Amino acid sequence: MRRMLATAFVLVLIGCASAYAVQPDEIMSDPAKEARARNLSRELRCMVCQNQSIDDSEAPLARDLRLLVRERIAAGDGDAQVIDFLVARYGEFVLLKPRFEQQTLLLWLVPPFVLVGGGLALWMYARRRSKGGPDVVPAALTADEEARLAALMSADVPAKKP
Amino acid sequence: MIAEGGHYALVLALGLALIQSTVPLLGARWRDGALMNIARSTALAQLLFVALSFAALVTLHVTSDFSVLNVFDNSNSLQPMIYKITGVWGNHEGSMLLWVSILALFGGLVAAFGNNLPLSLRAHVLAVQAWIASAFYLFILITSNPFLRIADPPIEGRDLNPVLQDIGLAVHPPMLYLGYVGFSISFSFAIAALLEGRIDPAWARWVRPWTLVAWIFLTLGIAMGSYWAYYELGWGGWWFWDPVENASLMPWLAGTALLHSSLVMEKRNALKVWTILLSILTFSLSLLGTFLVRSGVLTSVHAFATDPTRGVFILLILCIFIGGSLTLFAGRASALKQGGLFAPISREGALVLNNLFLTTACATVFVGTLYPLALEVLTGDKISVGAPFFNLTFAPLFVPLLVAVPFGPMLAWKRGDLLGAAQRLMAAGIASLFAIAVVWALARGGGALAPLGIGLGVFVVAGALNDLAERVGLFRMPFATTLRRAVGLPRSTWGSAFAHAGLGIALIGIVCETTWNSEYIGTMRPGDVARVAGYELKLDGQSQRQGPNFREMVASFTVTLDGERLSVMTPSKRTFTTRGMSTTEAALFSRGASQLYISLGDATADGGITVRIYHKPLVLLIWFGPVLMAFGGMLSLSDRRLRVGAPKPARALRGLQAAE
Repeated sequence: MRRMLATAFVLVLIGCASAYAVQPDEIMSDPAKEARARNLSRELRCMVCQNQSIDDSEAPLARDLRLLVRERIAAGDGDAQVIDFLVARYGEFVLLKPRFEQQTLLLWLVPPFVLVGGGLALWMYARRRSKGGPDVVPAALTADEEARLAALMSADVPAKKP
Repeated sequence: MIAEGGHYALVLALGLALIQSTVPLLGARWRDGALMNIARSTALAQLLFVALSFAALVTLHVTSDFSVLNVFDNSNSLQPMIYKITGVWGNHEGSMLLWVSILALFGGLVAAFGNNLPLSLRAHVLAVQAWIASAFYLFILITSNPFLRIADPPIEGRDLNPVLQDIGLAVHPPMLYLGYVGFSISFSFAIAALLEGRIDPAWARWVRPWTLVAWIFLTLGIAMGSYWAYYELGWGGWWFWDPVENASLMPWLAGTALLHSSLVMEKRNALKVWTILLSILTFSLSLLGTFLVRSGVLTSVHAFATDPTRGVFILLILCIFIGGSLTLFAGRASALKQGGLFAPISREGALVLNNLFLTTACATVFVGTLYPLALEVLTGDKISVGAPFFNLTFAPLFVPLLVAVPFGPMLAWKRGDLLGAAQRLMAAGIASLFAIAVVWALARGGGALAPLGIGLGVFVVAGALNDLAERVGLFRMPFATTLRRAVGLPRSTWGSAFAHAGLGIALIGIVCETTWNSEYIGTMRPGDVARVAGYELKLDGQSQRQGPNFREMVASFTVTLDGERLSVMTPSKRTFTTRGMSTTEAALFSRGASQLYISLGDATADGGITVRIYHKPLVLLIWFGPVLMAFGGMLSLSDRRLRVGAPKPARALRGLQAAE
């Protein structure tokens, strides 16, 4: 889908796409640490690509970042420390899941607000209606329909079909 | 000549659209049948001219006329014929021409088959269609003319982008556009209803088939695109929460909500105002998607700022149509009379709940897609919103929705009995608990959420079957009665059961793939064996092959399971000579619904090759689910209620004549 829709987008991707990311020589010997590195990689953005995590991207920058993540893990950093380190270096842009801060308030709050607000609106609407709001009023006929009705009423319609 | 002819046909289509967008409205105002009927002829003529224009562009591509800029940029004489044809819409100008062609097709269909519509409604609908068409003809003619000539024609073209040289391009964009643009019909119906100030259950019945057609195509289009990305991109992902994907997901979510709310309107004459609003929103989101994808704003806000002609033009169209229709809605909606009452626990209530969750999901995708753009424009700060954000916000919205799905069809209209519905869903609940227990006991790794996810999927599927079983009285009545009832059951009931089951099946696939996906990354030399999920894959060797417009390096793997030889897989890496680009052709081997997936990386200096192998359990269910949903939609579409429900004056007249 992404392939087709944006030609411009595709052109950007070419630099990044082409198969895959994590290279055999990057993999850490400790499987637990490697798993942590992979999980962290999925949360971090390859900054020269279009919406790709460094785990997916083949761009040289993504490789550098992957190696950096592994370096920090090998040095004994916790997940949060690794993230902080990268944000300090590259800014919030590197996070694929923005932190809950002043400038992302709206981003995080829209989904719950729409859900709760919508639910409240529905509840109030149901209460108002059940207390006898505007009742069912059949729509009036249009002028066209009135004319057709009049024509039908006055016409000599055969009573039965064969 | 062909290029100029195509261009001219498009100009004529614009002229016809301008007539169609004004004259029928005057006719409706003066109650002049002849003027209103002009809409029908112009819509058909428009279709003819746009089709001619499209055929002209196809001819230019097929004959490799490189004096036309669009052909030169996106085609090559060595390209296989199928890609010469699909290359027509594999670029900005051509895809916009496809967009208006499909718009004209839908307009033509309404004109040709809308005989059962009241004359003034049809005139209004076609006029609104023509407004949209005029805007986009102007867009193409002013900013994106596909028929531009090159003064000094080159001898060979630049080739179609290699990533697009795939059968997926033949299917995915036309389907997606049939979906996107198909929602223009429900939009036009909504605007027509607001203009006329009248709306009744018959309106919902007329709109529903069109909405359903658009929804079916959009569902298939999105699923097809996802599968294409899965095998073409070569890293085994199938959904990336990419803005371009989100652009198609938003109208799908809104359109699904619309399908459900129009059901309430048709059956119970309720939710009118909301249904109208949803019709407007769904198509607005389609327009938004077109803007996002076509303006270049996604690549970067700065790219948009440096060449703004196209983007600003579409933004203008977007503002006029969305702003205009919402203003009209705000002014007229209060005049629409409210319909039937219903208790909160009822079929209507369940459908309202469905709408609440789908709308919230849609709003989530909307804000996640546009927030980074808005923030950058307003403050200059750059943030990223990607898969982890959407996974975190989207899943909690879909879980309650999925839990509610089986209850909906079990509840009666007006006032339902939740306890009774729960009792009748007992079988589905037991099946679900059983599935959770089995997965819990057998699964290795994956945490506690995976069995619950599978259980939810099974609950949705079993709930759909349970509903059917209840309706036909399975095991409660003699088999013959059951069979007779099954035959007599409305197709739309079968349709919704299939669609809901498809949802559950897709969920099962998603949970399995994300939880128990295993992978192998390594460097292999001929003779090496990789082991993934019990399978042994032996690299037999590599060879070079020459394709029509590329060279490829093919690796051959023998797949064995427990010593039994299953298959040979041949992933490859292609280098396209003209553009000097390379693509990875993954090899897929399906066993049941599970797949082995191999993609190749670069060759190493010592004669090895980096290889990535995945085993993806039940991954095919992810796409089988949507196919089942679309099949359910088709069943529903063939329901006779949608065909015979509305009165047909022409046939009634014939009946009268026969009687005399």
